[in-house]
Amino acid sequence: MSLVEAAEAAGAAPRVAAGPDRATVSGFLALFRSELLLTFRRVRTMALLGALAALPVLIGVVVKIETGGLHGGGDGGPPFLAQVTQNGVFLTFTSLAVALPIFLPMTVGVVAGDAVAGEATSGTLRYLLVAPAGRIRLLAAKFTAALAFCAAATLAVALTGLITGSVLFPVGKVVLLSGDTVSLGESLLRMVLIAAVVAVSLSGLVAIGLFISTLTSSGIAAMAGTVGLVVIVQVLDTIPQLAAIQPWLFTHYWLTFADLLRHPVYWDGVLHDLGLQALYVAVFGAAAWARFSSRDITA
Amino acid sequence: MRGRGGQAPAPVGGAAVIRTRGLTKRFGRQLAVDGLDLTVPRGSVFGFLGPNGSGKTTTIRMLMGLVAPSAGVATVLGESMPQSLGRVLPRVGALIEGPALYGFLSGRDNLVRFDAADPTSDPRTRSARVAEALERVGLSAAAGKKARAYSLGMKQRLGLASALLRPRELLVLDEPTNGLDPQGMREIRALVREVAAEGTTVFLSSHLLDEIEQVCTHAAVMSKGRLVVQGTVAELAARAQGRLVVRTADTERAAEVLAAHRVTAIQVIHGQLDGRVEGDPSGVAPVGSLDESLPELCAALIAAGVRVRGFGLERGTLEDAFVALTGEGFDVAG
Ligand SMILES: Nc1ncnc2c1ncn2[C@@H]1O[C@H](COP(=O)(O)OP(=O)(O)O)[C@@H](O)[C@H]1O
Ligand SMILES: [Mg+2]
Repeated sequence: MSLVEAAEAAGAAPRVAAGPDRATVSGFLALFRSELLLTFRRVRTMALLGALAALPVLIGVVVKIETGGLHGGGDGGPPFLAQVTQNGVFLTFTSLAVALPIFLPMTVGVVAGDAVAGEATSGTLRYLLVAPAGRIRLLAAKFTAALAFCAAATLAVALTGLITGSVLFPVGKVVLLSGDTVSLGESLLRMVLIAAVVAVSLSGLVAIGLFISTLTSSGIAAMAGTVGLVVIVQVLDTIPQLAAIQPWLFTHYWLTFADLLRHPVYWDGVLHDLGLQALYVAVFGAAAWARFSSRDITA
Repeated sequence: MRGRGGQAPAPVGGAAVIRTRGLTKRFGRQLAVDGLDLTVPRGSVFGFLGPNGSGKTTTIRMLMGLVAPSAGVATVLGESMPQSLGRVLPRVGALIEGPALYGFLSGRDNLVRFDAADPTSDPRTRSARVAEALERVGLSAAAGKKARAYSLGMKQRLGLASALLRPRELLVLDEPTNGLDPQGMREIRALVREVAAEGTTVFLSSHLLDEIEQVCTHAAVMSKGRLVVQGTVAELAARAQGRLVVRTADTERAAEVLAAHRVTAIQVIHGQLDGRVEGDPSGVAPVGSLDESLPELCAALIAAGVRVRGFGLERGTLEDAFVALTGEGFDVAG
């Protein structure tokens, strides 16, 4: 009796596929879920989030210790620093303003840059593609997971900022930049809005990182390239002679989130920022797609 | 499939599982695969044989849609690749150039991840199928261990498990026993035979001749990016002329007699009390059959006073065939 006969006799399902199965919605979404799980199960992701969470604690402690020396200053430090001692809620805004120019994008650069190239380095990319994940679907899942990381990273800064601020400093009604006073509840709502804007502000960078990630089979090179690009662009944004191109740099409107702390809210800068991010996502998303869908996977 | 033995089912035109025509891949100036015309019949265990660097992996990458051909066409399961890969690849299991795993995930979670990548696989049966695949390759006990702690043999088996997550029509295995110890090789080969016995066509690349002879019904031989020959293993081995072997103490006398009867390529191998005289007997019977003239040859030896202790033909091996076809030893090429 052969194995086939044995299996048939036992009434077992045949082991040889009969024909193609149809893709299902849940089957299609499974990769997105898998990608999210994979991102947040990496030790590296947790280390990056931990480092980001430590930042507000560090700022809070330094401000607490240096409180005496801060009076009369006010101009040189990061935004809202002077308000922190009066109201702990401001530590969240200060921390976001400190993290956004360099620290946050660095962590996002690591995650987005490694997304495809890291799988190529380890060789798992070829097994995902013969599964078959589908190149566009894989790219979309990577993009989604990197965006989720942006949200988690922003949240890590904002939440520890809020907690540290309320532990170290008094908390109460918030005096906005425009001089108006709002309740603690409304200030928390604005905080959520700001965190969302900050997270979405990083989406252009995610698209750039993903594109760089499709260019090479070296995860390290893609991460270094993306992080390096952030630093270069931030430097370019400070050179006065480049004023003409600066409005097109993806970092240019990042700090406009402070306008959400005015009354009435001043939307111009924020909308500019979101529009620019959408443009970067479209351009670099298309470039990543064009590159990845035609690339030979030889790693 | 039943009745698989030495005699494999003849290739039928329409039933080819893999068919390529003029398949070519160029990496810059390097021609990795050169005008490949390959036909893999359904139900076969097809050995894809060639020394390192002969283009086996590149061919497999083209068949699996990882690499775009520079020229030529390929169909897998009757559909053209890479255009139809979404319909074809769920029915194909593949192990390409060694296993690749997420070291920080357990063996089980690695399989869950690869299964989730296939949009046509059913999430409701996922954990059951993963468990079954682990069981099949004997990794159930180590399923919870992080993959980075696996030995090479275990990684290879986990790779095989991921190729067996669903019933497959075709299993593509690129040098699946590379780097394994003899025990590991035996396990993998046993699994290949088992899968083939269930009716899955197996396409197995290897640079080991004896591996192909042991497990395959059909074979194709690659050399420097080109297909040298393809056919059933029996046909290929038959191409290699059998050798006449005479065991005797009177080796010199035997060699003289054989030479007088037009046996060529005579080799005398001395033992302590005994010796072997080997030769190519094809010249003995240019018209009639060798079977008829062998008794005469034996009689001639005895008439000449050679004390014959053993006399017979040894079957040709695939290695002889390869040497005859390419004019080079198998190991030196590449
Ligand atoms: N990505 C690549 N770039 C350049 N040359 C390559 C690449 N991949 C393979 N080759 C070359 O193609 C030839 C065939 O390689 P390969 O298909 O890996 O052979 P095999 O699998 O039979 O050992 C080799 O000469 C190899 O150097
Ligand atoms: Mg190879």
